[in-house]
Amino acid sequence: MSESANVIQFFTGFRLNDLPFLAQAAGNTLLISVIAISIGTVFGCLFGWALYASKYARYILGSILDVFRSVPLIIQLLLFFNFFPILGFPLDPFAAGCVVLIVYMSSLVAQVARGGIEAVPESMRRASRSLGMSYFQDMRYVVWPIGVRAMLPAWTGVALGVLKDSALVSVLGYLELLRASQILITRTQEPFIILAIVGAFYFALSYPIGKITAKLEKRWQYD
Amino acid sequence: MIELQNVDKSFGELNVLKSINLNVEKGEVLSVIGASGSGKSTMLYCINALEKIQGGNILVDGINVHAAGTDVNKLRQKIGMVFQQWNSFPHLSVLDNVALAPKIVLGKSKNEAREIAEKHLRHVGLGDKIDTYPTRMSGGQQQRLAIARALAMEPSYMLFDEVTSALDPELVGEVLDTLRLLREDGMTMIVVTHEINFARDVSDRIAFFHQGIIEELAPAKELVNSPKSTRTQQFLSKVL
Repeated sequence: MSESANVIQFFTGFRLNDLPFLAQAAGNTLLISVIAISIGTVFGCLFGWALYASKYARYILGSILDVFRSVPLIIQLLLFFNFFPILGFPLDPFAAGCVVLIVYMSSLVAQVARGGIEAVPESMRRASRSLGMSYFQDMRYVVWPIGVRAMLPAWTGVALGVLKDSALVSVLGYLELLRASQILITRTQEPFIILAIVGAFYFALSYPIGKITAKLEKRWQYD
Repeated sequence: MIELQNVDKSFGELNVLKSINLNVEKGEVLSVIGASGSGKSTMLYCINALEKIQGGNILVDGINVHAAGTDVNKLRQKIGMVFQQWNSFPHLSVLDNVALAPKIVLGKSKNEAREIAEKHLRHVGLGDKIDTYPTRMSGGQQQRLAIARALAMEPSYMLFDEVTSALDPELVGEVLDTLRLLREDGMTMIVVTHEINFARDVSDRIAFFHQGIIEELAPAKELVNSPKSTRTQQFLSKVL
């Protein structure tokens, strides 16, 4: 027993002041997700429009986007992150993670957006054009509002997916929720409680997205 | 005046319109009848440039519709069109369905557009529906909404493409009554229809289309009561 006093203690249990550390990491998850989801949605909608409007875009852009949709995100992250140092421009993990997640998000949203535009019947567009609306007025005032409603449920799924997939940016060393939890688990050797807390953080981030879009869906019902 | 001069239209190999010549005078109501696929609807689409033509000319008030420099968006403001499918904008209230184009195309203020919309909705008997949404209305009401929406652009011409074909039988009457109303207003109209009795009673002339040509064109009563072409006789004996 007297020996134990001489043993250096490597592990310390989970403490209340680890929570701010996790909260900060949750903030980082939120930051990278918000950037990826918002910018990715904008690009995704533009890509989706291009896919809808042009046969060439469908072949060329469609094939490129297929690559990003099909290659596992973790491989994309590692390839992209390690590619730039080879060229002599090291990227920091946050920037690399943002770029990869934005491209990933937009490749997923592109197909959703294309589907949304296609949900607007051709005859509807003829009706608006017959009123003298230009192509862009038709897009802005008729196709877009109807298409957005059609794509909302699918978009919500994609956005929630990307929020959770942002955990993979931890492999680059970006201190987000998952990485923070790994650090704490190593120190505390209490994976159960820490993963439960981290799960709760993810839930707290995801829940509002689902809630808000469900509300929007309800408000946008056609009646 | 709407003038069609030797108009050819084809979809790939299929010649839908074969050298069509037709004049519609200001104030005239022309009905177009014929079997499905005879080219009657396609002709309407060509008149407001929703479809391209392969030969000939279409002039609306002297403007060559399919000429390279023609501003089709401007031209379409002159030509209202109502379709078989009513195509109400489901995300907009009845009022906004009608007020949208005056606002964004004609640049009317919100209040002006609202006044225009209310006027035309009242005219087609939907004055009490302005705050509802189209999905809450019957097909007949939505079709009347589509008519009001087209009229709100104050067009000189109205094209009707089988506007009663998708309606339940009991709703056909209210839409035809609206067309009669427009006739009394003196609107120039081309009405593609399967309602032969309506065409006979309301229009000045009737054109009978058969496989992409105008088989017979005559004053309405004359064409229905004593058709000259045997094809017209055969068609009428089937539908009357």
